[in-house]
Amino acid sequence: MNWTREAYRVYRVAVSTELQSRTAAHPVKRARAPWKPWRSTIGLKVAMGVSGILLVLFLVAHMAGNLHVFEGRESMNDYAAGLRSFGEPLLPHESLLWVMRLGLIAAVAVHIVSAVVLTRRAMQARPVRYASKKPAKGESRHAVATMRWGAIVIVLFVAWHLMDLTWRTVNPVKDLHDAYGAVVATFDPERWPVTVFYLLALVALGFHLRHGIWSAVQTIAGPNTRWRKRTQAVSLAVAVLLVAGFAIVPLAVTFGLVS
Amino acid sequence: MKLSLRIWRQPDADTKGEMVPYEIDGVSEDASFLEMLDVLNEHLISEGKDPVAFDHDCREGICGACSLVIDGQAHGPQAATTTCQLHMRKFSDGDSIDIEPWRAGAFPVIKDLVVDRSAFDRIIQAGGYISAPTGTAPDAHAVPIPKQDADAAFNAAACIGCGACVAACPNGSGMLFMAAKVAHLGLTPQGQPERQTRVLGMVAAHDEAGFGGCTNVGECSAACPKEIGLDVIGRLNKDFRKAAIRAA
Repeated sequence: MNWTREAYRVYRVAVSTELQSRTAAHPVKRARAPWKPWRSTIGLKVAMGVSGILLVLFLVAHMAGNLHVFEGRESMNDYAAGLRSFGEPLLPHESLLWVMRLGLIAAVAVHIVSAVVLTRRAMQARPVRYASKKPAKGESRHAVATMRWGAIVIVLFVAWHLMDLTWRTVNPVKDLHDAYGAVVATFDPERWPVTVFYLLALVALGFHLRHGIWSAVQTIAGPNTRWRKRTQAVSLAVAVLLVAGFAIVPLAVTFGLVS
Repeated sequence: MKLSLRIWRQPDADTKGEMVPYEIDGVSEDASFLEMLDVLNEHLISEGKDPVAFDHDCREGICGACSLVIDGQAHGPQAATTTCQLHMRKFSDGDSIDIEPWRAGAFPVIKDLVVDRSAFDRIIQAGGYISAPTGTAPDAHAVPIPKQDADAAFNAAACIGCGACVAACPNGSGMLFMAAKVAHLGLTPQGQPERQTRVLGMVAAHDEAGFGGCTNVGECSAACPKEIGLDVIGRLNKDFRKAAIRAA
């Protein structure tokens, strides 16, 4: 017999109606807006993964740019000025910077909103907690404890970081053209709590990326077991390199290698 | 063996439950975990008390009926083993053991350790099947399948739908169960006509039932008595992405 698409559909409806008639009707717990794929748990995860990967690309560029500090005051400040004047006179002043800023704000917004929605769903999915708990034994056991708490540390850090080195609200160096001076001032040995907080946030970031990068790839691309293992290795390497690249600047300032 | 148990007792879905302590003596180390509970229940019945309700059927590790979170681990401490196949020799004399039901909003407690897993049935109804005209069995070689695909499909098909993945998941997600079905059917030629509608329908039913999302931490796979790997979740994600884009 040759099954047409329509025959399949009719047959499927008949089978599922028959199955449903054998099962008691179940109360719908939460009324939701019409189901859209992007609002599903997987759709939100893809949004989180894509925005996260964009943020990682930004971090790589940011980390590489920071290393100009080792070339001295002039090179660092030229780099900072270059970011503003990029494309001039063809493009307006700070055009690259504004594209980056708007992109970052969008990515951060998508990343956080999807995380909050998914976290709320996860909490609702287990209304009664277990009385006894065993340590995690899955593939990414550190992630259970570090992803969400680490994210809060990172958000607090970014707020401080913007006030410190972008707006200079809490930085002694108010001259916006002296990026080098601001970096040296903020990581002064006397301001050691700032450096400690910076390094602590980097540890949180490292754990966040170690799981986040491969988890994003798993959600977006769906690799097989062999490629998943490779992605996990790459993810760890990227996390270590980024943390090391970011940490070397405050450490160099604190220990007097850059002054 | 003498054991101190703490067991979740809950008379029905609407009453609040609690952990109740029980002492049991003379447990054979050759007894299975469920047989130990049978002995406890015989004691309780002879004392005129309400026995502990728990799910079980084949007791051979293949039906998916037994459950129990033992000391915080779905199906207990032994890897790749259902509760019915877990034996008391895994424990020592004098141990105290916590026994709880699967904890998930989508799996409401019916009584004590028995939960309603019909949310899984609803996910299956939403697409976890193939539509095929039945009749006499076709010849085994009528539809050729590459060996690799057949093996991968078979591994996914080993899922017994017990729900340990949901119980172990920190997010209460049913993703490993759903992914096993999507992988199992999606890898075979018979599963192709409904591949797109299947994944969209199943994910919708999964979310509707109130399961959480997957964070790829892998607790599900570590708890799975059939050792279903995380690769099936990757396959689910990929199928979902393709189907969602095509449906849009």
